Amino acid sequence: MAKNPKYYESLNIDYKPPRGNWMDRPIDIKSGIYCYPARPQVLKSVGMNDRSDWGKYWVIEDEDWELPDDWKERFLAKMRDMLDKYRTFKIYMDICVRCGACADKCHYFLGSGDPMNMPVMRAELLRSIYRGEFTKTGKMLGRLVGARKLTKKALRQLWYYMFQCSECRRCSTFCPYGIDTAEITIMGREIMNELGMNIAWIQESVSKCIHTGNHLGLQPQAYKECVEAMLMDIEDNVGIIIEPTFNRKGAEILFVTPSGDVFADPGIFTLAGYLMLFEHLGLDYTWSTYASEGGDFGYFTANEMAKRMNGKIYAEAKRLGVKWILGGECGHMWRVLNQYMTTWHGPIDFLEEPVSPITGTKFENAKAHKMVHIMEFTADLIKNNKLKLDPSRNDHLKVTYHDSCNPSRGMGLFEEPRYVIKSVCNHFYEMPENTIREQTYCCGSGSGLNASENMELRLRGGFPRQNALRYVRDKYGVNMLACICAIDRAALPPAAQYWNPDVGVTGVTELVANALIMEGEGPRTHNIRGFEIATWEPEP
Amino acid sequence: MGVKVSLGVSLGAVLAIVAVALVGGGVASLQPVFGIIVPYAAFVIFLVGFVYRVVDWGRSPVPYRIPTTCGQQKSLPWIKHDKIENPSSTLGVIGRMILEVFAFRSLFRHTKAEMASGNIVYGASKWIWLGALVFHYSFLVIAVRHLRLFLEPVPFLINGLDLVDGMFQIGAPTLYLTDLLLIGALSYLLARRLIVPKMRYISLANDYFPLFLILGIGISGVLMRFFIRVDIVSVKELTMGLATLHPVMPEGIGAIFFVHVALVSTLFAYFPFSKLMHAGGVFLSPGRNLSNTSRAKMHVNPWEYPVKIHPYEEYENEFREKMKNAGIPVERE
Repeated sequence: MAKNPKYYESLNIDYKPPRGNWMDRPIDIKSGIYCYPARPQVLKSVGMNDRSDWGKYWVIEDEDWELPDDWKERFLAKMRDMLDKYRTFKIYMDICVRCGACADKCHYFLGSGDPMNMPVMRAELLRSIYRGEFTKTGKMLGRLVGARKLTKKALRQLWYYMFQCSECRRCSTFCPYGIDTAEITIMGREIMNELGMNIAWIQESVSKCIHTGNHLGLQPQAYKECVEAMLMDIEDNVGIIIEPTFNRKGAEILFVTPSGDVFADPGIFTLAGYLMLFEHLGLDYTWSTYASEGGDFGYFTANEMAKRMNGKIYAEAKRLGVKWILGGECGHMWRVLNQYMTTWHGPIDFLEEPVSPITGTKFENAKAHKMVHIMEFTADLIKNNKLKLDPSRNDHLKVTYHDSCNPSRGMGLFEEPRYVIKSVCNHFYEMPENTIREQTYCCGSGSGLNASENMELRLRGGFPRQNALRYVRDKYGVNMLACICAIDRAALPPAAQYWNPDVGVTGVTELVANALIMEGEGPRTHNIRGFEIATWEPEP
Repeated sequence: MGVKVSLGVSLGAVLAIVAVALVGGGVASLQPVFGIIVPYAAFVIFLVGFVYRVVDWGRSPVPYRIPTTCGQQKSLPWIKHDKIENPSSTLGVIGRMILEVFAFRSLFRHTKAEMASGNIVYGASKWIWLGALVFHYSFLVIAVRHLRLFLEPVPFLINGLDLVDGMFQIGAPTLYLTDLLLIGALSYLLARRLIVPKMRYISLANDYFPLFLILGIGISGVLMRFFIRVDIVSVKELTMGLATLHPVMPEGIGAIFFVHVALVSTLFAYFPFSKLMHAGGVFLSPGRNLSNTSRAKMHVNPWEYPVKIHPYEEYENEFREKMKNAGIPVERE
C-alpha cells in the first residue's frame, strides 16, 4: 500500500429533489450507471427471447430500442399474468400511501441523490403504468392520480431504474406495509424479458451456469484445477496436504458454494478455508463440477430461469446419493435457497434430514430443505468444542462484519456469523446500528449489477456501506471487513479501494481457517494468503 | 401537473362537495337524498368495494414465502430466536402483525439519513410514526364515539369513551381531545407533504385528496358541535332510522350536518378505489404476514410447474473426455 493513498473523502450530495412533476423530466440514461444489454446469441442459447423474431440488437443510447410492433401488448399481457400469479405484486401496486419512510433508505439514492432511486419512485415507475393501463380511475383521471400510459419513454425509464436496484430489501424493512421493492424489481425485470431487455452481465452468467454449471464458464477440469490451485498454497502456508474429491458418489455431504470463490481474490481464501475446515473434520463430502454454482443468476431475470438453475443442486445431490447438502458463504444464493428452493422442487424425499456428523446436531430448521448454511454448521462445531482455535493468529486484524443483505432480510442469519467471528478473532467491532443486521446496506453491486461498465453506480451504491466502514476504521482502527457473500467479496474490494483503501475484505471461513489448529500442521507463521501473520497489513 | 394542480384539484373537489351539500341540504325536498340515499349508497359501495378488493387480492396466490426477516432466524437451539421479527409460528406471525397494525412497528424504525460534512448521518425521526399513530387512533376513537348515534340504549363503553375523550372538560359542550388530535395530526401530515421536498416530489392528488377530505370531516364536525349547532335529537332520529333500516327524515336539521354527512359518504365511497385500502392490504402483505419456515416445512405453490434443468447426462456427454483426463468420475466410460 502506498504511503499516501489517494482515496475519496466523500460525496457531496444534496438529497433535495428538483421541483416539478417527475413525469415531465427528460430521462437521461448515463454511461457509468447502466449495464450493457445482453447479446442475442447468449439469450438464444438458454431459450430466452433474443429479439430475433422482430428486430436486431439494441443500442442503449438510441431513441428507438428496436421494439416489435406489438411490444405494448406483450408487456401488458406479461404484466397481467404476473399480477394474477403474485399477490405481492398486486398488493404492492395498490396500497402504497407514499409516506416516504423508504425514501432515504436506498443505498443507490444515498449515493446518487437521483430522486428516481427513492424506492417509492422506483415502484411508482411501474405503478403509474399499472394505474394507467389496469385501473379504471387511472384510465379516467390520468396524470392527476399518478397514472400514465405505457410509452417508449416509460419503458426506457423503467429499464434504467430496474437495473439500479440490487433487490436488497432494506427499504422493505422500513415500509409500514412491508412493500418489498425487490419484488417489484423482480416483476419489472421479468416483464421486460418479454421484450428481450436483459443485461449482458446477468445473461452471460445465466448461459454459462446452464452450460458449464457455474457463472465463470469453468469446464469440469478447469473447475477442479481452480479448487486444487489452492491446495499448494495451503501446503506452503499450513503444511497440510489435502485431497478433495469431485463428483464422488456415496459421499455423505455435497458441498455447494458460489463459483466466484474458486476464481478470484479474496474469495479463493474463503475457499481455502472450506478445504482446511473440512479436512480437519475429516468430513465425508464432495465437490461437484456439475452443480458448481451456488449463486442463482437466473433469479435476476425470471422465476423460471431461477428454478432451472437452482434445480441442478438437488439433481446432483440425488445423482451422487448424498445424505444432505452444505452451502457455502453466499448472499442471494441463500435467499433463493431459503425462500424458494423447497417450494420449487419439494418435497425433497431423496435426502435425509441434515445431521452434523461431527456433533450429532440435527438441523431442525432445515428439515424439509436439507441444506445447511456453513455458518450454522461452523457455529455448531465451535459451540460443541470440536475445533481447536487460536484466535491470536488473527490479532493483527481489527474486524468488522458486513451483514450481507439477503441472508439478513431473506433469512435472518445474524448471530451465527457473529458467534463464529468472535470465536476466531479477538478484535471485533460493530459498524453503527443503522447499517448492520436487518438495516444492513448492500455492497452496491448485488442482483447482477456487478459489471464493470456501471462502475460509477456501484461505487455510489457502495458509499453508505463504505461510509459506515470508515467510521469504525477511524474510531477503532478496523482494517478488515468480513462478509459471507461472494458478490461482497467481488464488490467490496473495489469500493473499499475507492473509499477505504487500507481496509481488506475477507470471508468468515478464511478467518476460521487462519485460527484453526490443524493436526500435523507446520509452523503457522504465514496466513493462508501467504503473508507473514505478524507484519501483514490488509488492503482491498 | 405539479403540486399546485394536485393540491388545487384535491381541495377544489372537497370544497365542491361541501358546496353541493350546503345547497342541497338547505332544500327540504332534497334532504332525503343527502340524509338517506347518499349515505346508504356510500355505505354499500364501501362494503361491496372493500370486499371485492380483498377478494381480488386473494385470487392471486402467494407462490413463495418471502417475508422480510428483521430478526434472528430460528436455527440452533442455543441462539436466541427473534420470534416476532422473524416468526417461525402462526403465533409469532400474529404477534408481528399486531405490532405492525396497532403500533406501526416498521414505521417506528424510521430514521432520517442526511449528508453532513461528507458523512451520512442517521437521526432518530419518530414524528411520522407519531403523526400517523395519533391520526389513526384519534380517527378510530371518533368513529367509535359516533356509534352512540346508531345504538339505543348507548352502550356503557361508548359513554365511558366519551367521558374519557372529554375529560379535560374544556368549554361547553366539552371539547373532545381526539378532535384536536385528529385535526392536528392531519395538519402535520399535510404540512409534511408540502414542506419536505422529497415528500412534495412523491405526493399525488391521491395523497392530498384524502387528507383534505378527512380534514373537512373533522372541521365540519367541530363546527357542528361548537359553532353552528344542529338539533341533536333530530340527528339521532335520522341516524337511528338509518341503522334500523327504517329511514325517516326529520325536519329542521341544519345544512352543516349535510355537509358532514356528504364528506363522510364521500370517504366511504372513495375508500375501496384508493390508497386507503392499505387498511385491508396490510393484513395481506406477504412481506409481513408469513412465517420464515420455508426450510423447515414444504410450502406449495399452486401454479408451480416443472422446468427443464440442464441434465447431467448432457453435461457429461459434452465434457466426458475432459472429465476422464482430469480424473473426475463419470457415469459412462
